[in-house]
Amino acid sequence: MSPATDDTTDADLLLEVRDLHIELMTTNGIVRAVDGVSFHIARGETVTIIGESGSGKSTTAMGVLQLLPADLAVVSGHVRITGLDVLADASAVRTVRGRAVALIPQDPMTALSPVRSIGSQLGEAIRIAGAASGRAAVAARAVRLLEQVHIPDPRAQLKKFPHQLSGGMLQRVLIAIALACEPQLIVADEPTSALDVTVQAGILDLLLELQEQRGIGLLMITHDLGVARLVSDRIHVMKAGVFVESGDVRQIVEHPAEPYTQGLLAAVPTLGAWDETPTAPPSPRTDRSEATRV
Amino acid sequence: MSDTILEVDDLVVDYGSGATAHRAVDHVSFSVRRGSTFAIVGESGCGKSTIAKAVMRLLQPTGGRIVLDGTDLATLSEARLRPLRHRFQMVFQDPYGSLDPHLSARDIVAEPLRLKGVRSAQDRATEAARLIDRVGLPTTALDRRPHEFSGGQRQRIGIARALASSPDLLICDEATSALDVSVQAQVLELLREIQVDTGITYVVISHNLGVVQQISENVLVMKQGAVVEQGPTARVLTSPAEDYTRRLRRAALDPATMTGVKPRHVVRSLALGATA
Repeated sequence: MSPATDDTTDADLLLEVRDLHIELMTTNGIVRAVDGVSFHIARGETVTIIGESGSGKSTTAMGVLQLLPADLAVVSGHVRITGLDVLADASAVRTVRGRAVALIPQDPMTALSPVRSIGSQLGEAIRIAGAASGRAAVAARAVRLLEQVHIPDPRAQLKKFPHQLSGGMLQRVLIAIALACEPQLIVADEPTSALDVTVQAGILDLLLELQEQRGIGLLMITHDLGVARLVSDRIHVMKAGVFVESGDVRQIVEHPAEPYTQGLLAAVPTLGAWDETPTAPPSPRTDRSEATRV
Repeated sequence: MSDTILEVDDLVVDYGSGATAHRAVDHVSFSVRRGSTFAIVGESGCGKSTIAKAVMRLLQPTGGRIVLDGTDLATLSEARLRPLRHRFQMVFQDPYGSLDPHLSARDIVAEPLRLKGVRSAQDRATEAARLIDRVGLPTTALDRRPHEFSGGQRQRIGIARALASSPDLLICDEATSALDVSVQAQVLELLREIQVDTGITYVVISHNLGVVQQISENVLVMKQGAVVEQGPTARVLTSPAEDYTRRLRRAALDPATMTGVKPRHVVRSLALGATA
């Protein structure tokens, strides 16, 4: 059973969003990107906002973290991160961002500076978090963080530059940077959409492992129903700035009530059942017999 | 006409030369039946897009044969190739980068008609309008430029442009991977309708096993430039012969078949299977 049922007390809530509105100034006038959404995340929970391009899911995440440009976005409503109201008090967000809450960005290939080593960028996050000071202590902490995200031979990786690592390894580095501040809440914006499926599995496993070990709350933003199904406790389906349907992961995927959710699920090409046992069928590599359309 | 439209035989493509050469395609052979859909699947860097570029002769293969209806394209000069080019066309992955931003949809679709030798501007405009209608866009789309369209609409224009040459073979290189799932479903349905109407042959390059299962009869699984296995899609994806195919199949998250909430043992086995 998920820990955030109705009996959850406010003290357990890492994130509480009530009636969030976000208006964006664009060249075509004001766009109401987020139009009154409410949700909450407790310790150890994964809450996923799923939606298609332009639904407002990333804007919601960036609005919660107050990372939208102040001159182009008007954010209103209530956002409490570990109990602190970050909308009411503009300075409050700086006391939680990069401390209680960390962000894992979408594209690991562009999120890091190409001209600085992994060690230098991870070290910066460690210093800002105040987790260690002094060259040796920072380096030791960096090695330990890379170990925690299961990067092999961490000491050697510190000297490398982003272009020398694969997309999956870079995403692990970004998770290590997020962990530098020992966050209670992680916001992950499409953390695996730029990765191959076999690499994606490892990153999702790492996120759930960290959640299991530390009770981290996870706000997941994705367009991928498979990813959402695998990692979520609860799902909010977003379209045109509003949640069209919210609920327990099984309820949403197995018994969607709204036509929009039903359509979204129906659009995913399904693979169905398959034989996982490694028994080779006859003449595998030369099998060119006629196949019927499926 | 033979039943086989495309025969790729022992294809090798090297990038670079000498000590730094990288073999992107390593002795790959396959054949594609006329009017069918043939899929090539694999992860980033496996060589699937390089095969597409070699078949399109956007690059010169290092070795092997690419036989389209009896003619080996691999060794033809550009001059000999040009009159054949209209017969094989391509739809690209990036709906934003693959259309000229300065041209209207009409001009984008009409350009291949001019290359094909349709002399009259009136005839080209009429045919462009027919193609735009064929891919499900309104007449009002003709005078608009690429930035005024959504990703799915742009991909429809890319398909109309490819169809303008009346190709026998259309290569779709991740043609729907930048699209939302609902838009992807519409574009896949459009491709299917066109195949039913015209008998066109598709070679579909994709990393998405769900898409491959939905639209292809035969599939080739690639890893690091080489063939892992190939055969009828229904057989390869339901009872894979090779470990690598099983790994890809397992990692393809299918919301319809998952059970439990945050099934740690499943996620763990996926991650271990993926790195094994």
